[in-house]
This record gives sequence, structure tokens and C-alpha cells, in this order.
Amino acid sequence: MAVAEEKTSPETSEKSWHGIVLQTLKRNDVRLVPYVPDRVLTPLIKNLHADPFFTTFATAREEEAVGIVSGAWMGGMRSAVLMQTSGFATLANVLASLAIPYQIPLIMFVSERGTLGEFNYGQSLVCRTMRPVLDSLAMEHHTITRLDELEFIADRSIKQAVTTQAPVALILSPLLTGGKAFDK
Amino acid sequence: MSTTNDTPARNTQVMNRFDLTSRLIAKLKNEEAVIGGIGNTNFDLWAAGHRPQNFYMLGSMGLAFPIALGVALAQPDRRVFALEGDGSLLMQLGSLSTIATLAPKNLTMVVMDNGIYQITGAQPTPGAAVADLVAIAVASGLTNSTWAADEDDFERLIEQSLSAAGPTLIGVRIDDKPGTGTTRRDPVQIRERFMHGMGVREPL
Repeated sequence: MAVAEEKTSPETSEKSWHGIVLQTLKRNDVRLVPYVPDRVLTPLIKNLHADPFFTTFATAREEEAVGIVSGAWMGGMRSAVLMQTSGFATLANVLASLAIPYQIPLIMFVSERGTLGEFNYGQSLVCRTMRPVLDSLAMEHHTITRLDELEFIADRSIKQAVTTQAPVALILSPLLTGGKAFDK
Repeated sequence: MSTTNDTPARNTQVMNRFDLTSRLIAKLKNEEAVIGGIGNTNFDLWAAGHRPQNFYMLGSMGLAFPIALGVALAQPDRRVFALEGDGSLLMQLGSLSTIATLAPKNLTMVVMDNGIYQITGAQPTPGAAVADLVAIAVASGLTNSTWAADEDDFERLIEQSLSAAGPTLIGVRIDDKPGTGTTRRDPVQIRERFMHGMGVREPL
């Protein structure tokens, strides 16, 4: 089964949300991808690890990943951070004291939990803090709900982050990814 | 490689942050990057003499080592130093494991340990009386972690790190003196000049 999956996955993943994200990162020369994992992000993380173009690894905290990609940017390497909604909620200090004032094009992909079928009340509460934090810092952010808009939004947003030297948060809605279902 | 058990923290000489930082800077001949952590750590880096390869953190407490890791990964041929306080490191102990896993051989980390939050009123850190940060680093996978016994030992360990096969962490016991200078708080210029120093950009 694993073999069959491997054979078919490149083709199918091209058209999947995670395949599009991976290809868009590659096309924009985003090579370094630290993350704090999330169930929904699993196929993306797996495929990033499998592709030698990327240096991808887990960090203990999301702000640690933001520090790493800030250093990498200043050293000439483009990067992006993957996280879950609850992880974003830990970032207000590093956004306000590092990424924004130092003009770092921090590219964040946030797997959205806490809405559209959330089963953990704490997750739904923390989700409500995300957009107010982004808005209070006047940060660029987009919620991606449709597969046919994903490539356009991700590609343009990465380019805008780099050229305007400003962070961007790309929120991957359960409408796009399927989210995490109430089974575990 | 580790001599943690042979030279426990309590037997090391109490040194001075500005003196050690100046000794480090005096050794740099190859445009090495130096990342200064929040507060006194980067104030003393500033006071030791500004160079374009210095990066000064004005917030984001605890991220000096992660930022340095990012620079080290982006530029594997350049030596990267990171200066961090003990209170700061306690905020981001997980980063030690991340660095140990990635094992960049061009990264040298210095922990300035005075056991206090000097800048906020010299309150003891939660680890001051009980924790050994070098032992924590070793247990996090950074096997090449050592307390510097005195200034000469610090300089020797810095030299040694230049040809190490993996990342190096050096713990130094320091006094309770405040920072010597005050970094100009201009994050955009700090970042832009650092990028010039890293050869990533040309000045306008």
C-alpha cells in the first residue's frame, strides 16, 4: 500500500492543497521550513521532508521557528513557518518585537483549528484571538477557503511579503483542508 | 569533550560580560556574525565596538540562539556566534534540542550566567540556585558544552569552537554589573546593516 501511495502521490498531490503549497514554496525559492506540527499539515510536512530541495524540521515552539527564519532571511535564505492556530496565539511578542519592527518577510501558514466543527472549546476560543491580533498589528493576512484560489493567494502573498519586507499570515481554512474531524 | 563534571559552575571564576565580549570581538578576523540577545548582552556587544556583522535584539527575549541558528543554516561557510543571558535561555530551552538535532558546525553559543535578571532589578532567575545550564545543554544533545574556568579558558574555548565538528556552547559565570553601553534602538537600520555585513545586500 505504501508503494502504491508513493507512486500515485506526486500526481495527486500536485492538485491537492498541500501539493500546491509545496510547489508554490519551491517556485518562490522558499527553502527552509521549520514547523510545529498539526494533524492537518501532516501530508505537507511529510512531502517537505521527502523533497531534498527543502530543509524542514520541527521546533519546540512557534516563536523559536520565527527566530530561526528571521536569522535565515538576514543570511539570505527564504523561509516559511507552519503552525496551528493555537501556536499562532503564542506569537504576539515576537511579531511585535522582531518580525514587524525589523521588517522581516515572515511567511506563516496557519492551519486553522477552532471553527467549522471544532470539538474542543479551548481551541475555538484561541481561534478567536488570531484575527484580532493580526489586525491590531495591521498585518497582511488571508484566509484561504478554495483550492482554485490557493496558488494565486499563496504565490502573490509570498512575493508581496518579500518585496514589501512585511510578514504575512496565510490561514488554511477547514474549507480548504478538511480540517480536523471529531473522531479523536 | 564536555568537562562539565570536572569544572562545575561553582568552581569557575566570576567574569565580566563586557570584558568577555571585548575578548571575543578582538578575535574576529573573518567577518563572523555575532547575535546579541536582549538587554545587557547586546548592550555590551554594542559597547565592544559596532561592526556590520553584529545583530542586536531589541525584544523577542530568548531568541538569540534561534536567530543565530537561522544565520548559520543560511550561510554554512560563515562562523556565527550568539551571546545569550541565562534568564533568556531559560525561556527557550527547547531551542537547544533543535540546534543539537540540526548540528550546524559553524555555530558557537555563549551563555552569560549571572543567575539574575540584572536589568529588571537583579531578581534571581528560577534556575539560579539549582540549575546548571551547561548540563542542560549537554542533556539537550549539545555534547560540546563547557563552563569556561576563567578568561583564558574562555578564549581557548572560542578558538577551539572554530574547528569543532558540531555546535559549541560555552557557559560563563559573570558578575552582576549592568551593560556598558546602550544600543541605538533602530531595528530597521540594525537589520539592514547586518544584511550588508552578511553580504546579502548592497547599501542603497
